[in-house]
Amino acid sequence: MPDGAATGGKRVESRDAVVIRFAGDSGDGMQVTGMQFTTESALAGNDLATLPDFPAEIRAPAGTLAGVSAFQLNFSSREVFTPGDDLDVLVAMNPAALRVNIDDLKPGGILIVDREGFNEQNLNKAEYEQNPLEDGTLARFQLFQADVTRLTTAALKDLNLSARAVFRCRNFFCLGMTSWLYHRPIAAAEAWIADRFRKTPEIVEANLRALRAGHAFAENSELFAVSYDIKPATIRPGRYRNITGNTATALGFIAAAQRAGRPLFLGSYPITPASDVLHELSGLKQFDVYTFQAEDEIAGIGAALGAAFGGSIAITTTSGPGMNLKAETVGLALAVELPLVITDIQRAGPSTGMPTKTEQADLMMAMYGRHGEAPVPILAAATPADCFHMAFEAVRIAVRYMTPVILLTDGYLANGAEPWLLPDSGALPEVPVRFRSDPSGFFPYLRDEETLSRPWVIPGTPGLEHRIGGLEKDYLTGNVSYAPTNHEQMIRVRARKIAGITREIPPTECFGPETGDLLLLGWGSTYGAIRQATAELGAAGHRVAHAHVRHMNPLPPDLGDVLRRYRTVLVPEMNLGQLVRLVRAEYLVDAIGFNKVQGRPFKVSELVTRSMRLLEGGR
Amino acid sequence: MSAPGEQKLGKKDFVSDQDVRWCPGCGDYAILSQVQKVLPDLGVARENFVFISGIGCSSRFPYYVNTYGFHSIHGRAPAIATGLKITRPELSVWVVTGDGDALSIGGNHLIHVLRRNLDLTILLFNNRIYGLTKGQYSPTSEPGKVTKSTPAGSLDHPFDPIALALGADASFVARSVDVETKHLQEVLRRAHQHRGGSFVEILQNCNVFNDGAFADVTEKTTKADSTLVLEHGKPLIFGKNRDRGIRLRDYQPEVVTLGDGISEADILVYDERNPALAYLIARLGPPRFPTPIGVFTAVERPCYEEGAAAQVAAAKAKTPPDLAALFDRGDTWTVS
Repeated sequence: MPDGAATGGKRVESRDAVVIRFAGDSGDGMQVTGMQFTTESALAGNDLATLPDFPAEIRAPAGTLAGVSAFQLNFSSREVFTPGDDLDVLVAMNPAALRVNIDDLKPGGILIVDREGFNEQNLNKAEYEQNPLEDGTLARFQLFQADVTRLTTAALKDLNLSARAVFRCRNFFCLGMTSWLYHRPIAAAEAWIADRFRKTPEIVEANLRALRAGHAFAENSELFAVSYDIKPATIRPGRYRNITGNTATALGFIAAAQRAGRPLFLGSYPITPASDVLHELSGLKQFDVYTFQAEDEIAGIGAALGAAFGGSIAITTTSGPGMNLKAETVGLALAVELPLVITDIQRAGPSTGMPTKTEQADLMMAMYGRHGEAPVPILAAATPADCFHMAFEAVRIAVRYMTPVILLTDGYLANGAEPWLLPDSGALPEVPVRFRSDPSGFFPYLRDEETLSRPWVIPGTPGLEHRIGGLEKDYLTGNVSYAPTNHEQMIRVRARKIAGITREIPPTECFGPETGDLLLLGWGSTYGAIRQATAELGAAGHRVAHAHVRHMNPLPPDLGDVLRRYRTVLVPEMNLGQLVRLVRAEYLVDAIGFNKVQGRPFKVSELVTRSMRLLEGGR
Repeated sequence: MSAPGEQKLGKKDFVSDQDVRWCPGCGDYAILSQVQKVLPDLGVARENFVFISGIGCSSRFPYYVNTYGFHSIHGRAPAIATGLKITRPELSVWVVTGDGDALSIGGNHLIHVLRRNLDLTILLFNNRIYGLTKGQYSPTSEPGKVTKSTPAGSLDHPFDPIALALGADASFVARSVDVETKHLQEVLRRAHQHRGGSFVEILQNCNVFNDGAFADVTEKTTKADSTLVLEHGKPLIFGKNRDRGIRLRDYQPEVVTLGDGISEADILVYDERNPALAYLIARLGPPRFPTPIGVFTAVERPCYEEGAAAQVAAAKAKTPPDLAALFDRGDTWTVS
């Protein structure tokens, strides 16, 4: 449809990209609304990225600032790297949702509210002295006041539902309105409702009516004079799935265990934001998956180490506080040289910190958080879908090098989602597992000449009975040894083994010019924002590139050369400067840190502004 | 090395090539010897035995047994054993631990492994002292214990390991004594045979830091009067002359002497299938009562690892494992 064409007598305008956030009380169903709008957008052919933002409390008092739950989606006719900085559209179901989110709405942006939600009681809970809908403070936005509650009630009036049940259908009325506004087909949402509530036909009917009423209202009412068209993006053909980082992590582990031909064992203790990996895997036992919800974090990793001793692909999942508790067992795993993957889904610390908010401040703990000389390979996923590949890679390295491996993701990746081009399951690389069974010439610590890994010998193998443990052991026999030179030899060989993993690391990719004025060096979930910022700076004519580290230890062998090809290196991190310390120490490069620790990801605009200061000769 | 089934293995086949490094006179030697004697008779191939330990004097045990072994970290052996047993249920997995390892730093793991009822055999060597760290009081030390860390006497009320295991709903709970070789062998056999979590407290003398802690049950002159041997279906009679017994009156156990109008019929008959009785008897001990040894409880309960295997089998029967189908779930669409 050309710009300015009319539909139902209304004008249509084109947009390249839209960032929309649905915000309401945690009982208002905003996550469902957002996810359904996401599915509609994917089916409309847009590229997209999503981010939910829910309150830490399970059920904060209704209508309060603490109880606001939101879901953000960036959908576009071009490639999308992040869920978006500032909002084009905000849907606010009550005053609290408005107050928490309004600062993120662009001037001139669309603000849709449920007028009836702005009653005196809710205004008080949101600490508004005057009704913002009436006092002119929202004049810089396009404000649409819809009587969502009244219209939903009217649409459902002959169904004899309780007021509470009717109230709970308002989210689908809003989905209907926004679907019309952005030309999203509602068939997928209708199918979802029919399936989700199939055991209660009256609820199916109520939600379908609310959805269709919202769509019809937007189309017919004079409230909305314009609707928007977002052309499909040019996307690589194939089958896609919108996937969160936690689901991708779980699938990566299953895929690796299947390609290894071994059972997968997860030992874990519930913790936000890691529990979803446990939930996901516990429902997939047909893949020889054993999930064990342990009595604590220590038993979670302990049981995983026991399973590794027995020959399973063993993993444990946690977040920062759990990493503290697991440290001792990571040390044991590296001393006994058994394969084990420890996933740290980082959250804002220290201590309990902000469990539902993101951060990437555990890198130094992953590097150094054990007593003694205790090197461990560390991988970090860059995007939600990348969690699949990095989980797979973590298992592959653990098995090949007989070592614990730490996989870092974070809350932003864990709950954020993006389209994932489904991999060809038959084309995934094999994860070779060879248990030693030949007694001739066997020593528990006789190492492979290339990888320096010791043999994996599992109990039940006749003639190879032996003992392992945390005490220092003889270089060859594995018997307890306190010999001074043997200890140093063991320290050094363990370090060499991990350092040797550089042979597995592919060349560092740089997006942008191969040499230039500025390199943005990132790791983890900052990928999307840095990539977008780099693209914008490049489009403005600056010689800026982006490199992203996924192998944190050992670092890629070519990284030092890459860093030296740019006049300035900026390292944006959601911490006070951890990777920047590592690269400065490792390469004697005068890299500059750019740090944000607010429990929120970087905005593209923040990265662009900081980069411009450097490009203009500042520091 | 011989393959299993080719010839009968003996004790020497379970002796490793490592020098045993406990203090001369330590009760651990006797326990090691009884375990090595019993293992060949259990009908398990040597390569299918695994001994897992934590930290402490007792936890050196796996180094000396020529099977698979894992000397792990303080208190965590039950967790490691759990992961191994869930994934390799065919193995005979033994946990060797001590009063500090199992009841102090590893207390949480011990109670949870027992309530889950994994088919493990857990041997707790109780010497009521920290030996490896050279003599601090332990969670089983008697109150007022004067040690290096408690010069004015310890203030802690001790755990009774048997009562603790019963409280955690262990399905097999027994006690034996390091020097009671025949009794210990029999308890070890029964612990191994039991399907489910078997907990065995072994009273063990630390002759360096807590010598004679259990002298009343080990000295020839006192042991008959100080020990109550529990036998399923038999009356609780003890004493040098087998003339004393435990009678229950008003729900209170009491020591009575046979004769004078009290006959064997008045004496409590032990029933290892009655957990309530086990709770009652577990509280007996000096100074008013003899120390009970033997099997306190032996009941049947589903094993965790069997349930875990059944869930995996049921999932496979319901949905064949298919990676492509796994990927292609949830919010999916095709771009052409």
